[in-house]
Amino acid sequence: MQRNKFQWTNIAFQLGAVALALGFTTLVLILADAPPLEAYKNLFVGSFGSIKKFTDVLVAWAPLMLATTGLLVTFTAGLWNIGIEGQITLGAIFTTGVLRVLQDSSAPPTLILTLAILSGMVGGALWAALVGALKTFGGVNEIFGGLGMNFVATALTLWLIFGPWKRPGIGSMSGTEPFPEALWLPQITSLRLSIWSVVIAVAALICIYILLKGTYFGLRLKAVGRNMRSSFILGIPTWQYMMASFLVCGALAGLAGAIQVTAVYHRLIPSISSGYGFLGLLVAMLVNFQALWTLPVALFFAALNIGSIQLPIVLKLDSSLSGVLQGALVLSVIIMEGVRQRFLKAARERS
Amino acid sequence: MSLETILTGLAGVLAAAAPVIFAAIGETLTERSGVINLSANGKILLAAMAGFAVAVSTNNLLLGCLAGMLIGSLVAAVVAFSSITLRQSQVAVGFVLALMCRDLAYFLGNPYMGLSGPRIPSLPIPILGDLPVIGVIFFRQDILTYLSYILIFAAWIWIFKTRPGLMLQGVGERPAAAFVRGANVNRMRYIYTLVGGALIGLAGPTYSLSVKAGWKGTISGLDGIGWIALAITIFGGWNPLRAAFGAYLFALLQWLGLVLQPSLPGIPSQVLQVAPFPLMILTLLLVNIGNTEWVERVLASLPESARHAIARLIRSLRASPPASLGTPFEQE
Repeated sequence: MQRNKFQWTNIAFQLGAVALALGFTTLVLILADAPPLEAYKNLFVGSFGSIKKFTDVLVAWAPLMLATTGLLVTFTAGLWNIGIEGQITLGAIFTTGVLRVLQDSSAPPTLILTLAILSGMVGGALWAALVGALKTFGGVNEIFGGLGMNFVATALTLWLIFGPWKRPGIGSMSGTEPFPEALWLPQITSLRLSIWSVVIAVAALICIYILLKGTYFGLRLKAVGRNMRSSFILGIPTWQYMMASFLVCGALAGLAGAIQVTAVYHRLIPSISSGYGFLGLLVAMLVNFQALWTLPVALFFAALNIGSIQLPIVLKLDSSLSGVLQGALVLSVIIMEGVRQRFLKAARERS
Repeated sequence: MSLETILTGLAGVLAAAAPVIFAAIGETLTERSGVINLSANGKILLAAMAGFAVAVSTNNLLLGCLAGMLIGSLVAAVVAFSSITLRQSQVAVGFVLALMCRDLAYFLGNPYMGLSGPRIPSLPIPILGDLPVIGVIFFRQDILTYLSYILIFAAWIWIFKTRPGLMLQGVGERPAAAFVRGANVNRMRYIYTLVGGALIGLAGPTYSLSVKAGWKGTISGLDGIGWIALAITIFGGWNPLRAAFGAYLFALLQWLGLVLQPSLPGIPSQVLQVAPFPLMILTLLLVNIGNTEWVERVLASLPESARHAIARLIRSLRASPPASLGTPFEQE
């Protein structure tokens, strides 16, 4: 009975968090002199209004999902892998590099694509390993090491686009020369979606779920994340485990970058990561690091991103509204969780 | 390059460092009390936008600056409330706010994009401004840059030479001991987070009303500054003088990047503008490496004479955060 009551209060607090986030976003819309209902309607119609739009949501969902599942691993180890943006970017750079080298060879396209995607994973893992090494051997906090590496990755992309990999003639912000269609991940006719990216994202989720829930590695990693000192004393090689979590997350982030190149943009562009790394951090926080919940929540966040694209055209509003709503949701959930804990503590003390 | 260009360039470096100094010292005060406020990046953008919007609509520069400081304090209040009162993760709240405030700035700032607005006039100091070389570099700035000079020393004196500053250090290093001595730990953390937040907020209008006057949305070139300021706080070892040095070094590097651009035609300007970031990682490495175990092990195995020299070098660079940074304090 008592337990049941607490469960209901939990749900009430979660609903309260959603209401708080919606209330805040509505207030922001009113401040901007915009009709809130119209704006929400546009977000919905712009993402679920037609098959075409829904498949666009899935196009964004796949790399976001890959980034999020990767982050579940680093979060389990108690690490804030903010460098994930750079890891996605390096994945994209490695993939582009391999495609460029092999595109004129006689190798079959399937082989070229496979090699390119695999090297994207290697690129992401390498970039993550640098952050991990900075933390382990240099004492540099992974948040700041990662941030710095993000900026370096962006600079590297720009240098490549305007320098060695520039389009015939003059380099431009529109990116490198697009690859021939044979080197794209196969797409559904007339849609932007490649079914392969969805398959890869779901496969990644299943693998990570099993890794974290069903293996000894996952259990030990959790121990490292909970209490590094005690795990070290109990004989877990802590820094190796942290490094491994960086490598896994980096590989998945690199895979997201590879998908961005082979299935979405078909070339390297300056903002190739599309901010999915930071968005993935928000998703992971919102689901409180539970693997299965990332699927629907990432889908919802991707829908907000795609839905907001038409805001500037229809309502003359900036598309960053989606970011405001996403941030407000995570923030309200954190705040309501704090309120709930205080509430429960007070309730326990009373009884 | 003529002497004239170099002098005005250096004067520009001092002005460009002013907002970074505000932000880094604001963060230093916050972290000295034991609270990490990661929201700086979004907060500076939101404060820049708000400061510009207020200054444009009221035609009052002072109100613009105050609006930026108010925004900074409000965002800091969210961090303080959720971490000190509600005991949630400071890193999580700060990071979410860093992203959300940025998007808020772009969303709410949309109508103000590209408007021409007021700009803080430069205010040469009589006599000092007429000095050769020094006058041009230091004393022909605007009031915010002068304020940044004062803040460096004021913050240093406050932290290291006054009683409340000593108490602040105690709250950050050993909150339990400070509490026994009569400090209201959590109230002090609230106060320093809000004051620090106001200073970080002031960095916003310093950009939008002076250093990079105007509001240009995503191409304002302000995204990333807040993260730099946080890195400079660490680089500065939570000491205002060292933090200011870091801010000047950063501004100098960015200026050099622009100046050297024409002589390095193969490298696009975007690359040179991020040049300070790898350097920042390198300096963080230098500052932190003395705290790692393996360095101590290696040092211990070295011959006596070499060990002393290297240990002294590492110690002079090393900086350790306030011991209680990021951990809540149970006051009852």
